[in-house]
Amino acid sequence: MTHTKMSGAKAVIESLYCENVDVIFGYPGGSVLPLYDELYEAKLRHVLVRHEQAAAHAADGYSRATGKVGVCLATSGPGATNLVTGIATAYMDSVPMIAITGQVPRSLIGYDAFQEANITGITLPITKHNYLVQDAKDIPHIFKEAFYIARTGRPGPVLIDIPKDVQNEVMEFEYPEEIKLRGYKPTYTGNEQQIKKAASLILKSEKPIFYVGGGIVFSNAAEELRILAESIMAPVTTTLMGMSAFPTKHPLSIGMLGMHGTRYANYAIQESDLIIAVGVRFDDRVTGKISAFAPNAKIIHIDIDPAEIGKNVRADVPIVGDAKNILKSLLKYVKMEQVKTESWTKKIAEWKKEYPLVYKKDNLLRPQYVVEQISDIVPDAIIVTEVGQNQMWAAQFFNYKNPRTFISSGGLGTMGYGFPAAMGVKIGKPESTVIDISGDGSFQMNSQELATVVQEDIPVIVAILNNGFLGMVRQWQELFFNRRFSSTCLEGSVDFVKLAQAYGALGLRATKKSEVRDVIIEAVKSGCPTVIDFVVEREENVSPMVPAGAAINEILDME
Amino acid sequence: MKHTLAILVENKPGVLTRVAGLFSRRGFNIESLAVGVTENADTSRITIVVSGDDHILEQVEKQLNKLIDVIRVSDLPVEESVNRELALIKVGVDSTTRAEVMQIVDIFRAKIVDVGIKSLIIEVTGDESKINAIDQLLRQFGIKELVRTGRIAMNRGAKSVQAEKK
Ligand SMILES: Cc1ncc(C[n+]2csc(CCOP(=O)(O)OP(=O)(O)O)c2C)c(N)n1
Ligand SMILES: [Mg+2]
Repeated sequence: MTHTKMSGAKAVIESLYCENVDVIFGYPGGSVLPLYDELYEAKLRHVLVRHEQAAAHAADGYSRATGKVGVCLATSGPGATNLVTGIATAYMDSVPMIAITGQVPRSLIGYDAFQEANITGITLPITKHNYLVQDAKDIPHIFKEAFYIARTGRPGPVLIDIPKDVQNEVMEFEYPEEIKLRGYKPTYTGNEQQIKKAASLILKSEKPIFYVGGGIVFSNAAEELRILAESIMAPVTTTLMGMSAFPTKHPLSIGMLGMHGTRYANYAIQESDLIIAVGVRFDDRVTGKISAFAPNAKIIHIDIDPAEIGKNVRADVPIVGDAKNILKSLLKYVKMEQVKTESWTKKIAEWKKEYPLVYKKDNLLRPQYVVEQISDIVPDAIIVTEVGQNQMWAAQFFNYKNPRTFISSGGLGTMGYGFPAAMGVKIGKPESTVIDISGDGSFQMNSQELATVVQEDIPVIVAILNNGFLGMVRQWQELFFNRRFSSTCLEGSVDFVKLAQAYGALGLRATKKSEVRDVIIEAVKSGCPTVIDFVVEREENVSPMVPAGAAINEILDME
Repeated sequence: MKHTLAILVENKPGVLTRVAGLFSRRGFNIESLAVGVTENADTSRITIVVSGDDHILEQVEKQLNKLIDVIRVSDLPVEESVNRELALIKVGVDSTTRAEVMQIVDIFRAKIVDVGIKSLIIEVTGDESKINAIDQLLRQFGIKELVRTGRIAMNRGAKSVQAEKK
């Protein structure tokens, strides 16, 4: 395809081919008509969503599940601004994504033209980089750069804004082989001296602990992590973003840490003498009161983004680079027979026995039970979540085995993320059962996508843990606002079964514990887009809980 | 603690917005800002004076480096660099004060660049304290208007801020 004359719109499609894009999620409008005309016979799948926010989340879900760059497309003005929440969600969780937006013709930019929005300005703080294409001949190199920037270093979303007349302009297409970016050179290999220093700290440590996050997942370093953890016999705690980075049932796994982390993970952090932090950013939901975080520990901080090091905590040994590379190098220096963590791992095993994650096992239908049954019936499912209590229970009670099987909006905490993200996950991983563990509040933020999954035949399962509340907010009101449930009761929500049916999807309901397994099995067997309404206990709380601003070992007892 | 940062950037539209936006978004305070093209037409240089402790400065530098269009960030310590600002000061004068003002201009090695019946425009370059000093002295005559550029700075000696290294 070298040196062929074509329109800017065609050049966009050709660039997508060159980047091996096979699916994009989008919604048409006036400023992207030339692009949509090219898509009419393009050799890639376009999924027509029902709201642009869903296009962004679907591209994001596709990316998180496959490791490839997800692509979404929207028209100018309201189309572009509808992408914003999705772009911010991807940015906070470092998800590689390309957002393409139409823009008013160049001659109208700046004149408050119909459906004009300064989307490059609006998304400046929530993209890794963005472009306003001023000339059709720039399209190939901008796309080449944009994909490269999105997927390398610390990944993130990149937006490309293309005026309508640029889409019509004729240019000569040649996709560049190379990229010249003077200001962008990510570091992948860790400094050998630093790695040696880290290794010697590890070998001296009696109470080491791995604190790992999304960085492990993105750098495909789960295997290296497991081998290293087993070599030095150190427990592993993960953030929400790192949930699937280490097998839940591994003897060294101590689950999630932080606000809704396990007691033993939080205790272990507070008592450890060495934190090996990999691909994490010491977020406040993890550290609690930062000055009281891990008071006895030295910190090795491994991250691809130098700006994360020293941002929230001091690191004794910072190592900038790719987690996979660095963990591999560390392994060279660390020999099994030298470790002295026996009494530490024993102590942790005792804590695990003493403070397991529990909930009341009575005859009532409790949300945790639903998650456990999903885990039991479809152990290889990819779990996507919404935000709130449902998200925490999904993290706590599903047994994760492989990376990229827990997909959730961590940094931004975007309600309405899960269902559209699940569409993208299912398209990226058609062989997997994809289940959105949802809340009655969150689902209603993007339930219009039922039309998309039916029209496009994307058989995802939405499992609503329906408590009739904005449950997580209600929990805070119960604990910290004297049970004044201000605007958190969702009574009068739609009948979710009928809603599903109205769209042509399968709708199922369980109101009793005894019905749970049957509806899950039916949904999985059906192979159809399905919504299951699990009518659960209304005032169940997520436990344990560290109140915001407290040290992470100051844990509230919920029962 | 004040720091002078020399930031080499791609000479493209919107880059200044990215840099300035980063400061406000992250809560860093810009004390002064100057921007212009360098010896290479495709590279601009932004000089920013920022105040904050070492931790803040480290964050500023790292966050700036994350911007794709930022090629290099260097901290220029005052002792090891030449720092300059320029000011234009319009001072009200009459026959009784004109001579005295001109004397001050002389002492500061400033220049008179416009002469009117009731006013003079004085051009002065120097480091911040020199400009503050002449400003103070001229106030008694009545400053009608004052405009100052941001600080620009350059390493003394052979050391220089080049685009190649990041
Ligand atoms: C877009 C958005 N708006 C508001 C919030 C604040 N918020 C966090 S959790 C939550 C309640 C979620 O309710 P639901 O989806 O029913 O989940 P539950 O906690 O009941 O499981 C709210 C309102 C948010 N995270 N995202
Ligand atoms: Mg709810």
